[in-house]
Amino acid sequence: MVARAAVAANAVAAAEFKSGGHELLLFEALREALIEEMKADPTVCVFGEDVGHYGGSYKVTKGLAEMFGDLRVLDTPIAENSFTGMGVGAAMKGLRPVVEGMNMGFLLLAYNQISNNCGMLHYTSGGQFKIPLVIRGPGGVGRQLGAEHSQRLESYFQSIPGLQMVACSTPYNAKGLMKAAIRSENPVVLFEHVLLYNLKEKIPDEEYICCLEEAEMVRPGEHVTILTYSRMRYHVMQAAKTLVNKGYDPEVIDIRSLKPFDLHTIGNSIKKTHRVLIVEECMRTGGIGASLRSAIIDNFWDYLDAPIMCLSSQDVPTPYAAPLEDATVVQPAQIVAAVEQICQ
Amino acid sequence: MAAASFTAAKFFAPVAARSGGDRAPLHASSSLWPRTKPAPRLRTALAVSDVLSGNKAAPAAAVHPSATRDEALELYEDMVLGRVFEDMCAQMYYRGKMFGFVHLYNGQEAVSTGFIKLLNQADCVVSTYRDHVHALSKGVPARSVMAELFGKATGCCRGQGGSMHMFSAPHNLLGGFAFIGEGIPVATGAAFAAKYRHEVLKESGPDGLDVTLAFFGDGTCNNGQFFECLNMAQLWKLPIVFVVENNLWAIGMSHVRATSDPEIWKKGPAFGMPGVHVDGMDVLKVREVAKEAIERARRGEGPTLVECETYRFRGHSLADPDELRKPDEKSHYAARDPIAALKKYIIEQNLATESELKSIEKKIDDVVEEAVEFADASPLPQRSQLLENVFSDPKGFGIGSDGKYRCEDPLFTQGTAQV
Repeated sequence: MVARAAVAANAVAAAEFKSGGHELLLFEALREALIEEMKADPTVCVFGEDVGHYGGSYKVTKGLAEMFGDLRVLDTPIAENSFTGMGVGAAMKGLRPVVEGMNMGFLLLAYNQISNNCGMLHYTSGGQFKIPLVIRGPGGVGRQLGAEHSQRLESYFQSIPGLQMVACSTPYNAKGLMKAAIRSENPVVLFEHVLLYNLKEKIPDEEYICCLEEAEMVRPGEHVTILTYSRMRYHVMQAAKTLVNKGYDPEVIDIRSLKPFDLHTIGNSIKKTHRVLIVEECMRTGGIGASLRSAIIDNFWDYLDAPIMCLSSQDVPTPYAAPLEDATVVQPAQIVAAVEQICQ
Repeated sequence: MAAASFTAAKFFAPVAARSGGDRAPLHASSSLWPRTKPAPRLRTALAVSDVLSGNKAAPAAAVHPSATRDEALELYEDMVLGRVFEDMCAQMYYRGKMFGFVHLYNGQEAVSTGFIKLLNQADCVVSTYRDHVHALSKGVPARSVMAELFGKATGCCRGQGGSMHMFSAPHNLLGGFAFIGEGIPVATGAAFAAKYRHEVLKESGPDGLDVTLAFFGDGTCNNGQFFECLNMAQLWKLPIVFVVENNLWAIGMSHVRATSDPEIWKKGPAFGMPGVHVDGMDVLKVREVAKEAIERARRGEGPTLVECETYRFRGHSLADPDELRKPDEKSHYAARDPIAALKKYIIEQNLATESELKSIEKKIDDVVEEAVEFADASPLPQRSQLLENVFSDPKGFGIGSDGKYRCEDPLFTQGTAQV
């Protein structure tokens, strides 16, 4: 279902580019980005468990150790807090590490270093040290991986001052965001999704990056603004097909930048449609949607004709059993129902 | 085991292998080593050196290390600076010039001076919240540290860090950390960067690898980050020295009450690196051990764990009533004041006269007085400073509803940070 939704999404994928281009899978796009940046800048390096000889648990770093050596693609022991902190120290001394959480959830063990050091050291040092770190990894609810491998850390990290967060959702924006994150002088957390790594898309041959702070217009429309990110983009687009058949014209925006929000793209949409639905995969409590709702109310209250609706995952540890897992995340039918309600 | 090139005989104190921490009491004679009947586990903290000296198998003290006149005076001046500065901090705190948690270093000066005066500018120091004196030894001007403590805009961190977060990029002081253990991975990363510069970027310094020193206390040695980094540093032979300032107390928790095997130096060989115990109240002994460990790292032979037996004359912080430590323990260490010891050495070896030392002390008094005057006269940070250093690239604050980056608004720094 995800793959079919992805194929449909490709028809309205982000970039129009010159003829040529090459087709690849999302994990290959991430890998291509890493290779290009590591070739261009010798200070870019990778730390993580099994990133080197094993090639990465989702093959994002496959072959990189052979190309760049064991020091630039560092297989770390199982010590997330310490190797993330090592990334911070190395960044302070001029390197540009890309730290992988084998599953994003494991980075909870690195929370001390991500919050206290990664986010804070530029500030507490009075601007003397920069931390151009990229922290990335597969997260989100997969296929019956169990609660601990189905986490969405974007809500936990979003309060940390000094951190930027982006979520990729297509091969095109995966490559572009990875390159931009590596080049950024700020620490950036790049959220990838376990179920999106095999999405296929044709991307440009020529070099490009995506702006870290910008949202992506997926489907222009007039009736309602649907704000989403990561895998839920595909559930939204699935719902959009049904909605179009029912006569609705939704505008779908993949916010991509989870922190900060692109208030320009989002605001222009709200000024046009006056109705907002947020569809996210993180838990409702303290989620990205909660902050987004708040920002929209603060900035665009006068433009709203209906209360902002937010569809989030249930506040439950993701169950193993398939029907319960399906009920945990937002499904296309719920999105259709929500749009119908908003547009009454 | 340890690298063969390291002088094992000197550095492996051959304490009889045993489990746990049974100890002879402080006042017992040295022949009462409990070989047959274990003494009851004691609750009071003891000088670790008394434990080691109680073991007849320990090597006899080698010839006391020496110093030239210039070296001795440099060390003396640095330790006096550390002491006078910290005493001034106490005064200023009680006068309401500095605030929050302030952790003073009195008594531990031999460790900071003994190690840091051996470093180059390119070498890095990572410290903890007890970081003022590490900053001074590394060359951060006293006025910058004092102004930071007063929370002024002229402080080394623009007033944004405070006592526990001293940073100085020109001096390669990488912090200042409040949480126990969290600086050790940062230090490990700095050492990794030094190795990377050499092996990947092919940048070599004339002396060898840039070395990183990580300073931390006895309490930290029970923390996961310590063990994780000992492993990684040895695995990759990183140019780092782990310097334990074992002052026997983690606030009110005595080291022996918190630690199954209180001999921290032993944890080095468990990870394949040399572990050394040194009298941290004697700057020349510290310096001798430090020299070897730093040179090892510079040559690319990897890390060393150095446990310095030391003591803080004041409480954990200026808020600590310091009621748990016994008077006899305090007086034992007061008698081993590292500054008094070096002064005695200098006079006895005829390296300098009393009046020369007094003029150094007077010079330091002036430096610290001037630091206070500078800090007093400096301005507090403006409101506009609040948002300036949240991001290195302020595009991180995002795009506003008008389509421009929020940071492009000239009034942005007067505004808010939330998105």
